[in-house]
Amino acid sequence: MDTPSLIFFLLAALLVISSLLVVFLRNVVHCAMALVTALLIIAILFVTLHAPMVGILQVMVYAGAIMVLFLFVIMFLNPVDLERQRGLWWGFGTILSLMLACVLIPMFINDESPADPVAATDIFGSPEMLAKSLFNDFVLPFEIASVLLLVAIIGAVVLAKREH
Amino acid sequence: MIVDLAIITVKAGVVLFMVLNLAGILGWIERKGSALIQDRIGANRASIFGFAGMGLVNTLIADPLKFLTKEDFIPPSGDKFLHTLAPCMALFPALVTFAVIPFGDVLNLGDRVINLQVANLNIGILYVFAMGSLGVYGIVIGAWASNNKFSLLGGVRGSAQMISYEIAMGLSVIGVLMIYGTLELQDIARDQATLIGELLPSWLSFLRPLIGWLPAWGIFLQPLAFLLFFTSAVAETKRIPFDLPEGESELVAGYHVEYSGGKFLMFFAGEFAEIVTAAGMMTTLFFGAWQVPYLLRDGFHFPWGATLLLPHLAVVALQVGAFTIKVLFFCWLQILLRWSVPRFRYDQVMRLGWKMLLPLALMNIVVTALWIVAAQ
Repeated sequence: MDTPSLIFFLLAALLVISSLLVVFLRNVVHCAMALVTALLIIAILFVTLHAPMVGILQVMVYAGAIMVLFLFVIMFLNPVDLERQRGLWWGFGTILSLMLACVLIPMFINDESPADPVAATDIFGSPEMLAKSLFNDFVLPFEIASVLLLVAIIGAVVLAKREH
Repeated sequence: MIVDLAIITVKAGVVLFMVLNLAGILGWIERKGSALIQDRIGANRASIFGFAGMGLVNTLIADPLKFLTKEDFIPPSGDKFLHTLAPCMALFPALVTFAVIPFGDVLNLGDRVINLQVANLNIGILYVFAMGSLGVYGIVIGAWASNNKFSLLGGVRGSAQMISYEIAMGLSVIGVLMIYGTLELQDIARDQATLIGELLPSWLSFLRPLIGWLPAWGIFLQPLAFLLFFTSAVAETKRIPFDLPEGESELVAGYHVEYSGGKFLMFFAGEFAEIVTAAGMMTTLFFGAWQVPYLLRDGFHFPWGATLLLPHLAVVALQVGAFTIKVLFFCWLQILLRWSVPRFRYDQVMRLGWKMLLPLALMNIVVTALWIVAAQ
């Protein structure tokens, strides 16, 4: 096995283990930390796939901002009430994972690797290339997403300022 | 192959060694400096076999020894695993950030060209911010795992403060990125060798005799961005006037109230390593990184026409020396600030971050964009 595949399988194994820990650990803060680990490993996977920009954004946005807010909420609210509905969530999660498995397993069996794999160049995942595709090819979806986020921000401000 | 690997290892080792040692030295400078500012004698008790003459060396050895030999106490009702993990999570981001900060131009050894920077990433600045955003975990997790109300309050304050000021910090740097047009710190450092006279558009050429001789350092091109960056960087290091997460008059010691011994030492060293990194970023973005004014790769080229050619090794030594002096200056500035001003109230900290720094940073971006369009 060559080095890139070895690194991939090592990271993938760690990713699977930390994802399982997210599901099976009893303490919510421990689960959150396992999720942070999983997100960091995904970021490293992006870097090995010549997409350092996406990898670093993964760290900044998910590991650095969203998970901190998750932790914040967990610490304040201490969600033990969720434990009561555990069975419901287990059922819901099982159905979703089965649906995902139905898509993934045929792909593994058929082994549909691309017929003509294109080697990624060094500039493939660079900030310049990302910016070019965002602001030239996908400028309309980008702007729509920005407007949606703006609406969400204004909505949050309005909700927070509401008089009781 | 082996030689390349060895070069990278040596570079990483030297930078890590320097940052860690500087963190230790800063611990001593902070105590001596505060004594100087408060007109008293400080940190003069460490002596080895009755020899107290070399205060710095003695304190450097005595401090860690004292910390490491103390009892490592974990609160019985706390979370053992996370309580141990938290100091590592606080120290790690502070130490790895320096990897993308260039400390010199290039060193030619034989036919080898060594870039004096540990990791030459095309996303340099984003890496710094990504690692900075991971620094929150050390505080939040440490505070929660202690199972102590005071430390939890400190952790909550710390995370809210760090997230708020990260936004202002990120936006303040965008103006600099727009001017230099790159995310790579070594490129930003190299761009600061040009003179402002070369950047002025033709309709402003009458200013050339006045300011044309200035090097194109970030501080001259983006003065407001530097003030915003400096303020948010101090807030990110959680030191006075932004030390609300610790606030000893309210929270005993805040998020690390339940830490002792080696683990406290890690929080302590992490804070000083953050100071060094912040100083490195200020130097790199705003004060010409390793540039000495008018020093190019072959020697000095003064704007009035004189040249002074220097051998390559002298140039490299001057660059690395200039970088070190600038970093030390900004470390000292942060320590001076800490012992000169009182602590903010928490609502003042939040108002400063969200209602003053953030709008100013946004305004800076708009003005910079207008300037770039006008200068074309």
